[in-house]
Parts: sequence; C-alpha cells; structure tokens
Amino acid sequence: MAAIGSGKTVSSTYAPVRGWLLLPTWLTIGIFMLMPLGVMLVYSFLTKEFRGGVLWEFSFAAYDQFIFDRGLFGDEAPSIEWTYITIFFRSLVHALIATFFCLLIGFPTAYYIATRPTGSRYLWVYLITIPYWVNLLIRTVSMKFLIRDNGPINQALLNMGVIDAPIHLINTNVAVQLGLFYSYLPFMVLPIYAAVERYNISLSEAGADLYAGRWTILRTILLPVVKPGIIAGCILVFVPSLGAFLAPDLLGGAKTFMIGSLIEEQFKGTASNWPFGAAASMILLSIILAVLMLYARSQARGQV
Amino acid sequence: MLNMFTQRKTLALLFAATFTAGQAQADGKLSIYHWFEYIPQELLDKFSAEHDVEVTMDTYDSNESMLASLKAGKMGSYDVAVPGDYMVDIMAKEGLLDTIAEGELANKGNIEAQWLNVPFDDGRQHSIPYQWGSTSFSVNRDVYKGDISSTDILFNPPEELAGKINMLDSQGEVLAMAALHLGIPQCSTDKDQLKALDSLLSSSKENWASFGSDMAKDVLVSGDAAAGMIYNGFSAKGRAEGANIEYAYPKQGYIVWMDNVVLLKDAPNRENAIKFMDFMLEPENIAAVTNYAQYAAGVKGAGEFTDPALATSPESNPPADVSGVFIAVCDQATQEVYDKIWTRLRK
Repeated sequence: MAAIGSGKTVSSTYAPVRGWLLLPTWLTIGIFMLMPLGVMLVYSFLTKEFRGGVLWEFSFAAYDQFIFDRGLFGDEAPSIEWTYITIFFRSLVHALIATFFCLLIGFPTAYYIATRPTGSRYLWVYLITIPYWVNLLIRTVSMKFLIRDNGPINQALLNMGVIDAPIHLINTNVAVQLGLFYSYLPFMVLPIYAAVERYNISLSEAGADLYAGRWTILRTILLPVVKPGIIAGCILVFVPSLGAFLAPDLLGGAKTFMIGSLIEEQFKGTASNWPFGAAASMILLSIILAVLMLYARSQARGQV
Repeated sequence: MLNMFTQRKTLALLFAATFTAGQAQADGKLSIYHWFEYIPQELLDKFSAEHDVEVTMDTYDSNESMLASLKAGKMGSYDVAVPGDYMVDIMAKEGLLDTIAEGELANKGNIEAQWLNVPFDDGRQHSIPYQWGSTSFSVNRDVYKGDISSTDILFNPPEELAGKINMLDSQGEVLAMAALHLGIPQCSTDKDQLKALDSLLSSSKENWASFGSDMAKDVLVSGDAAAGMIYNGFSAKGRAEGANIEYAYPKQGYIVWMDNVVLLKDAPNRENAIKFMDFMLEPENIAAVTNYAQYAAGVKGAGEFTDPALATSPESNPPADVSGVFIAVCDQATQEVYDKIWTRLRK
C-alpha cells in the first residue's frame, strides 16, 4: 500500500484513457454474464409453463419444490425434500474429495517444478499443459476405455497374473473421482507453482540453520507464504468439479444425478421445468459465493 | 511488387465474383433442423441439385432439446424438423406446426397405408414418415443363455445379468417399458398404479449399472454391460461389430417409434419445405436414409432400393405374436408425477 506514496508505480503514460481500459471487460461481463444471470434470477421466481418456457406470474414454486416434499401427487403434508439436498451434497462431497487429492498430488509437483533451474522449469510447466491440447470429452472417453473391465489395464494385470478377476472401476464413484481429479489437476499445480516460484528459498535455509526440521519449515514457513496460491488452486478445482457432469456421466454411468445433470434435465430433458432449473442454478451460485466470501474474509483477517 | 499486388487484387475479385455467382445460382433456400447423423450428405446434395435450392442444416440430440430450442426463439428460422411420434403430437398441441393442405403433397399417396392415420397425427396433416423402428433390449448371449422374451430381464433380472444392465437415459422410454412390465396403461392417472411404477423403478435400480442413450450400443459391444435397453437399428449395428447380442421382443410388448418430417409454422421457405417432403417420399430417396440408418421407411416401394440384408435382419422382423406400442403423451398432472418418479430414481 505504501508503494503508491512514491508516485512511481502508477504510470501516467496512459492516464487520459485509463478509464476506458476496462471498458471491453465491463461490457463482456455485463452482457454475457450479468444479464443472463439476471434473466435466470427472474425466471427462478416465475411460474413454469408445461413443456418448457415460463409464464409471467410471480411464484415461489421453484424454491418450494427444492425444499419441501409433498409426496408423489403433491397432496401430502409438506416435509423436507431430501432428493435435491442429496444431489447437492453428493456433488459437494465429490468436489471436496477431488480438491483434496489434487492438493495432495499437486503441491509436491508444483514445488518440484518451482525449484528446478530456470531453464528446465519452463519445460516442466509446458509439459503440465499438454493434456489441455486435447478436448476434455476425448480424454474422459479415453479414460473410460482404459479402466473398463475388458480394458487394457485390467487385461495387462490379468495376463501378468497380478489379479485373478478384473478390478471393477467403471460406473463406480472411484471412477468419477479419478476423472475429476485428472481433469482439474493442472488447475491446482499452476497457481501453487506461481506462488512457490516467488518464494525466497533462503527463508527455508535460514530455518534449517536455526535447527528447524523439514516438517516445521514446511508448516511454519513455506505453507503460510504460498497459502494464497494453494487457496487459488483449491477454488479453481473445487468450483468446476461442483458443476461437472462429463465425468459422472461417462465414468460413473449417470446412475445418479449431479448438480450439473439435474439442471441440464430441467432445460433439455423431459422435465422441462425452466424456473426450477433457474432456481437450482441460483442455489448453486449462492453456495459458491458463500465459499468465496468465507475465503475473502479469512484473507482479510490474515492481513491484519 | 506492383505486379504481385495486381495479381492479388484480380484473385480477390475473382473470388468475390464466384461467391456472388454461387449465391445468385441457388433459386431459394431450405433450412432443416434434424437429428445428428441421420441423413446422408449425398441425399442433401441431390435435393440441392434437383431443385436448385441451397440447403442448410442444424442438428439436435433429443426431441426435448429440439422443442426447448424452438420454444426459446428459434421458430421462424427453420422450415422442417424431424420429431419422433409423441413429439409431433406435442408440437401440434403447442401450435408449432403448419398444416399441409389437401393435395399440396404430390407424393402423399406413397405413404404406406398403416402410417397414414397414426395416433400422433391423424390423416398426416403436419407430417410425413421418415424412419421407424422399435425400442426394446438386447442381451449378451455369451453371458446369459436363458429365455429373454420377458421384460423381467430388465426389471427382475437373472443372477448373471444383475448389476450389468444399461438403461436408456430417457424418461419416456424407461417409464413406458416399466408400464409394459407391470401391465398398466401408459400415463395412468390411477394413484396405486403410479405408486407401483415408482416402487418398481426404485427397487430395480440396484440391478442397473448405468444410464446412457448414445452409448447404448458401445457398452454392449465393449462388455461394460451384459444387457441393455436399445433401439433395433443400434443393436443390429452392434451385432455387425461382432458382439454376440440378441435383440429381444418381450411378450409384455415393446416400444415402436417413428420419426417424421414436419412442416414448421412460420417456415421462411414453405414452398421448398413442401418440395423437400415430396422428395423424401420418393422410394429411392427415403431408402437411402434406411440404408444409412438401418431402420425402416414408411413409403411404398422403398423396399426395392434397400439393402437386402435388412429384409432378413432379426432386428427388423418382430415375431407376429408380440406387439409394439407408441409412447403416449401424458397430461400435465401425470407428467409431473412422471418427472418426480424419474428424479427420485436418479437421486
């Protein structure tokens, strides 16, 4: 903050147009994000039209459907509706586990890359981006081919006599986790890498000189310094995992809805309940906003 | 330098000239909204050449997504679409279809008699047949050798198949099959019957490995599933790919479906849409679709032009003693119960 006082960090080269620099961004966000979001918010409070569409009558029905169960025919006394809570909770757990494993594998990887000599460091970062040259759908389908009961991995293990029966992975939660973890791992590695790269390694050396063990150095010096990178990585993995439907559909067999597939069903499926789809999106958005605000608050507290 | 510049300019002008000429050449346009991979490109080129019409096509992957897209503002941009049977009924009720006047279609007489007065479009006022087929299930005969002529295979499976069944990810087809299994009418309004439907599905779920429509063939060929709901043409292709699968005609009944070319309301090129429908009623043309998609045409004389292997294929020849039914269109109250049953099933 003190830097502003020196008057040198703020360049005056573009001063006359500075106000306009963000205009394209504001326009993009306004037209392609805030306006559709506004439409969704409005739709979530409208009455559903049979077979898709909305009637312009104000209604809480969509949120009511999410929260209250009135039985198969809607004529019973309302009780808590567990269906959607279960679906949301399942997605939440999947996303949390995926984030945990990404962190577990991603942190050492990022640390390793960031501590290489400058030359090979960029090669490693480059290698991390390779999966992104191929479309996510293709990668997920390929993974399905690999892990199926008659797939190459199981066949190889069977032939080598390591296992007697194929390891059944396809259409299980483990397969979904594998898919999520694999899809989003680079999102964890890159921000942590950026944080560790800026880390002054002589801090660790100073710690070692003062007889701190490896674990103590990691816990009390390295982790606090690179924490913003770790949190950014966790958010980048957690948020897309929460709405993911490719991995659950292709690897998990789509036996159970995830948040993403539940919402898709409301717009593209037989249910055609646009207000409910909009309401479910709003609830999902609120959860993500709450998580981000908790993060912002913890950051703010850390600064004091 | 100058020379190169002139050359480029000439080239550019030449391009521009070709482009405008191409535009002026086509007499009119036709905009088709169609399923993915369901019409051979050569057939579109043939129509384009015969009638001097520029054809454009967008595709969709389910009846419901087509309806959603049309209702979300795409009406008026397409001339024809290809909805399934029940969707023709829904679209007509939603007022999305234009009426074909008597005598407007020169080839209407080519429609096979059995497909003329259909429950979803009596007298063919809005549609013509495109392809028809059936939906039932197929079983891997290496895994299970017993009797497969019952819907028990899906809802009360033998030990060998339990936990290895793929269901179509389609509410209409799964619930219609379940209704056939219980012997209750489709779209029943009887509360006890609906409750029975709900509990049948939730109790069968543990026997099912996955839900998926576009991969219904793939899971049977690869062995991920040992049995699965499937469309007849899809099963025939799976057999051709070497899977030892048999398509079943359960005694409780199976599902019949028909896709149809419909005339959309506010069609920007209505005249060309009629020409296209007449074109698709020519036996030779519709047979090209049949050979491509492995289903069946509903046009007299198309058999002459279709692949002879199709005529004897077990997937295209149901036994005489079992019958197929179209999927019914439920009223709003029953549809809402169906939606609830479907969501509970996937909880």
